[in-house]
Amino acid sequence: MAIKQLTVFVENKKGTVVSVTDILSKNNINLRALSIAETQDFGILRLIVSDEVAAEKVLSENGYLIKVVDTVGVKIGDQPGKLTAALNVLDKADINVEYLYAFMARTEKHAYVVLRVEDNAAAEAALVEAGFHMISEADIKKL
Amino acid sequence: MEQNYFQKEIETMSREDMKQLQSEKLVKQVKHVYENVPYYRDLMDKKGVSPDDIQSIDDLHKLPFLSKADLRDAYPYGLLAKPLEDCVRIQSTSGTTGRRVVAFYTQKDIDLWEDCCARAITAVGGTKKDVCQVAYGYGLFTGGPGLNGGSHKVGCLTLPLSSGNTERQIQFMTDLSATILCCTPSYAAYLGESLKEMGYTPETIPLKAGIFGAEPWTEEMRKSIEATLGIKAYDIYGLTETTGPGVSFECSEQTGMHVNEDHFYAEIINPDTGEVLPEGEKGELVFTSLDKEAFPLLRYRTRDICVLSRKKCSCGRTLVKMAKPMGRTDDMLIIRGVNVFPSQIETVLLKEGYEPNYQIVVDRVKNNDTFDVNVEMTPEMFTDKVSEIISMEKALAGAMKTMLGINPSVHLVPPKTIARSEGKAVRVVDKRKLI
Repeated sequence: MAIKQLTVFVENKKGTVVSVTDILSKNNINLRALSIAETQDFGILRLIVSDEVAAEKVLSENGYLIKVVDTVGVKIGDQPGKLTAALNVLDKADINVEYLYAFMARTEKHAYVVLRVEDNAAAEAALVEAGFHMISEADIKKL
Repeated sequence: MEQNYFQKEIETMSREDMKQLQSEKLVKQVKHVYENVPYYRDLMDKKGVSPDDIQSIDDLHKLPFLSKADLRDAYPYGLLAKPLEDCVRIQSTSGTTGRRVVAFYTQKDIDLWEDCCARAITAVGGTKKDVCQVAYGYGLFTGGPGLNGGSHKVGCLTLPLSSGNTERQIQFMTDLSATILCCTPSYAAYLGESLKEMGYTPETIPLKAGIFGAEPWTEEMRKSIEATLGIKAYDIYGLTETTGPGVSFECSEQTGMHVNEDHFYAEIINPDTGEVLPEGEKGELVFTSLDKEAFPLLRYRTRDICVLSRKKCSCGRTLVKMAKPMGRTDDMLIIRGVNVFPSQIETVLLKEGYEPNYQIVVDRVKNNDTFDVNVEMTPEMFTDKVSEIISMEKALAGAMKTMLGINPSVHLVPPKTIARSEGKAVRVVDKRKLI
């Protein structure tokens, strides 16, 4: 039930994010979530989009370095302590989280957390066993 | 300044006598090389020149040139003119196998090299009463051993500190009242800043003179070093191929470096045609070792762009003067005193699995060289993890350090972001204003 994340390598300078989002909007691709990791030199944009195949194509055509990676999506209640509970589950299962970011659902009282881990299947199994609901590509498309 | 000379007769010799001396030495040297260096003999034969054609220094132009490529082809023993059992030392450049120069010395070669350095120390006012701190690297690099030997010959108390360890440098300098400092100009500037931070003023620093070489530096840098250290700062020039530092040196006039032309004959040539240019014209500097025994390079092209002058010098020396080199005929950079060829960076990138898309950016901040290498990320290497990309940058910097001997800051950048001019990538951006 992996969620495809688009990863884009950009320079850490003015205007790089807007040029990426501009290309996506012109191609009618909707952003579900966006997270940026940056160092002094470079930035890595992590995107969940409505159509990752189309997004990868147009960004590559525009010269961007793209990598699609599988991430794990989990639904958590919009209450204090829920994220901690999910992370504790992974910690107990000895699963290291490389990075994560979260976004709110529009209607439901839920947040979605995107997790980048080494072993997606193990993370998913641990979270499901602890009673968490995973989200799928299909769920993302419906958002 | 009262003028002292280490070898007055040579250093103030009349032009006629010097020419006579050079001619005698050259005739002997060409025979020695022709008989003992098959590599150069072949070059002479191909050019149709025999030792008999060389009757005086005026015939020098008939001889073939040697270049860095010849040194590479003949590595390691091909240009050796003495049996190894007669050699007592090697020195070497920091370069890689392809670029490394290994020079051999007999005891006589070491002696004449140290004499040259002793002339340089004497020319800046050094005597046996001085305490000479040598903060050039010791080892394969010629800087430390050369000035160390020169300092001994003058009779200075020699402090063989070698490079680095600033705290220890300052401790010895102040505790033992060093009067002459020998190091790279950027390290001199750095020591000056460190002394200033520790509360030393130019008046409380015991130094009176500095001999600074192995990298290009400007008049502005000279003034700034002189002001912070309260000294006179002098330039020195040399290259491993000829001997090391002391091929030429500055005197009290500080307007160019006297070439020790009784050992190293300097010519300026047109780098495109090889034609010898008259005094005062700018061109490529070429050196001929007139009396070195083990590694006697004849007409070695230095790739340095330079000018020679025989104008009378107020110091009384009659040795020809060369200007500070004004550039290179190749793409070699000198960063923190180390020779760097862009092709070396390229070699590392290919070996490490990258494309050769890179740009070297050199600048000088607070009198120290900065050295950045931007490298385009490849699709195969790209990962979504920041920590991995930072590790990749560190690994690349480490591989470059192994290759070059100095540490660059490596920055991975997206593809096609390195500036291209007329479709060709700009490999080197040197922001230092050295000329």
